[in-house]
Amino acid sequence: MKLQRKNRLRAIAAGALAVSGALVLTACGSDDNSGGGGGDSKAASNIKCDGKGQLLASGSSAQKNAMDLWIKTYGEACKDTKLNYKATGSGAGIQEFLQGKTAFAGSDSALKPEEVKSSEKVCKGGKAIDLPMVGGPIAVGFNVPGVDKLTLNAEVLAKIFNSEIKKWDDPAIKALNKDAKLPSLKIQAFHRSDESGTTDNFTKYLKAAAPKAWPHEPGKAWEGKGGQSADGSSGVSSQVKQVSGSISYFELSYATANSIKTVDLNTGASAPVQATVENASKAISEAKVKGTGKDLALDLAYDTKADGAYPITLVTYEIACDKGNKASTLPATKSFLNYVASEDGQTSLKELGYAPLPTEIANKVRESVKSLS
Amino acid sequence: MKTDIEPTSSAAESPPKVRTRSTGRAGDKIFLGLSRGSGIALLVIMAAIAAFLTYRAAIAISKDEANFLTYFEWNTGSSPMRFGIAVLAYGTVVSSIIAMVIAVPIAVGIALFISHYAPRRLATPVAYVIDLLAAVPSIVYGLWGALFLVPHLTGLYTWFDDYLGWTGILSYQGGAARSLFTVGILLAIMILPIVTSVSREVFRQVPKMHEEAALALGATRWEVIRMAVLPFGRSGIISASMLGLGRALGETMAVATVLSPNFLIETSLLDPGGGTFAQNIASRFKEAGNDGRDALIASGLVLFVITLLVNGAARMIIARRKEYSGTAA
Repeated sequence: MKLQRKNRLRAIAAGALAVSGALVLTACGSDDNSGGGGGDSKAASNIKCDGKGQLLASGSSAQKNAMDLWIKTYGEACKDTKLNYKATGSGAGIQEFLQGKTAFAGSDSALKPEEVKSSEKVCKGGKAIDLPMVGGPIAVGFNVPGVDKLTLNAEVLAKIFNSEIKKWDDPAIKALNKDAKLPSLKIQAFHRSDESGTTDNFTKYLKAAAPKAWPHEPGKAWEGKGGQSADGSSGVSSQVKQVSGSISYFELSYATANSIKTVDLNTGASAPVQATVENASKAISEAKVKGTGKDLALDLAYDTKADGAYPITLVTYEIACDKGNKASTLPATKSFLNYVASEDGQTSLKELGYAPLPTEIANKVRESVKSLS
Repeated sequence: MKTDIEPTSSAAESPPKVRTRSTGRAGDKIFLGLSRGSGIALLVIMAAIAAFLTYRAAIAISKDEANFLTYFEWNTGSSPMRFGIAVLAYGTVVSSIIAMVIAVPIAVGIALFISHYAPRRLATPVAYVIDLLAAVPSIVYGLWGALFLVPHLTGLYTWFDDYLGWTGILSYQGGAARSLFTVGILLAIMILPIVTSVSREVFRQVPKMHEEAALALGATRWEVIRMAVLPFGRSGIISASMLGLGRALGETMAVATVLSPNFLIETSLLDPGGGTFAQNIASRFKEAGNDGRDALIASGLVLFVITLLVNGAARMIIARRKEYSGTAA
């Protein structure tokens, strides 16, 4: 008995050593991902620094990489301001902003009327407004053996994601892809199991472009019939990579990172449109501002037929008070958002797979930012 | 009051009495206060958690347009909200049951091997490796499950479908094997270490007398285990299983990574679908508004209640077995 105990102690000690060794190793091995893909951050000379101290913001994870780059560039120019953006998700970001914990929030969807109403508590004498800052294409990635190019339209997409088209060699798909060798394989459509702005924008597109084939209400939670699901953009994209016969939707950067083939859209334009940053920009430039006053919430043209306009796009907003921002954070917020909406701030994003705002909208955003108080 | 320092010469003749009362020293008083305080603090914390959950849950349920207990969907983004826990309760219970069915026999087997069969030089490392399983973070289990286990289960499921598909609960339509059964297998691996180590400790405590008596009567090693070890360890195995079940019920990240949730109750355990309380909370908390969070807390309260019931049942079983087990469990 005694001997055994001694042995156990020894084994435990050895094991503890091994484990702590492993921990130290992993700590060394953890890579620091800040900097968001290494966009060149030349110290832009036209950043006007203002304000001091900590600036907290949180929200959409879709704009995390953009934020990382902006914060890096801005931070190099303005040493007095420490910016901190937590990618908690749009919902959580809006909640924290409404509780007065953050200077501004990032969100993939414009504010709901009830959120605007409850913002009057935080914005003394004002209300929260949406400022579009960056857009990007939502790619539809697919994994079908032997198929490199796939063209679909809104109606067929809606039917695939609603489990009405079940096989890859369905006549509806064949009609759009005359040259492709489509296998008789079961379609496995993946959607997001968590609530997300990507789902919100994708279902808005389906509803707007194929109202008959998509009977569900658009929203952050998936309401389509059947299909499979996975958690987060990384979850669905890794499933597409893995499962043959699968199709799903995620931001273009995930498709690029995992080398997943993306669907070209037949929008009714002269040729099918590829999911690229330029094509998304083109579609965003057709958006109408639906917000009133300083609020610049956009109505995206999901059913555009313009040549080279890729209609499944996501625009992410910064949300701040039009009046009644906290005096301690207002100068820094204004100066940061000014830079973000500026020419430099916008063009630096191209390398990261984001679509810069079209000039007209960017000008309006700059005006709105200037008038924050 | 006698002093407890006695001349050594008399110590041999009259052994010092065992003291039961406090000496009145400050140390005793402090320790008593500390231990009593810890006990009370625990109760207060539990009551506070229960009160918080109940309060927030009541707010959410009062706003729920659907029947909270029987509705399948979970839609808190719409107004009015419609959400229910039927699918979540089913998925949580079923995946945990599958995990228990797989893990408990294996864990008891491993524990018996370590305590009674393995040569001592082998027993220690084996026990240690099993305990190491508990040190793996659940997200790592989830990633391993999603990237390795799921693709490799397709063959097994097809086999199930060929031979047991007629049962209806083991039919399989093909597709990624991201089902409740897969989750059950993963949970089984995750609860293995806790069930194993508790059972092992219990088997170690079997009185040597019992075993030697059985051997003296000519029992084989298996008969010794059947007659002396298992009856003695039964309540220990049950409480070990309940600890494991508690972990299985509340497992979050691994399930969220592996399962393909939807709001249908599938008859087949092998087809993707279903959901669990913890997975649903993890998936939806980020984007939920205030009301959505309250709704998720309401579902958390149900899990809280289910766990309480499970533990209560386990305690009752153990209490009933006490007279057999020969130990005050």
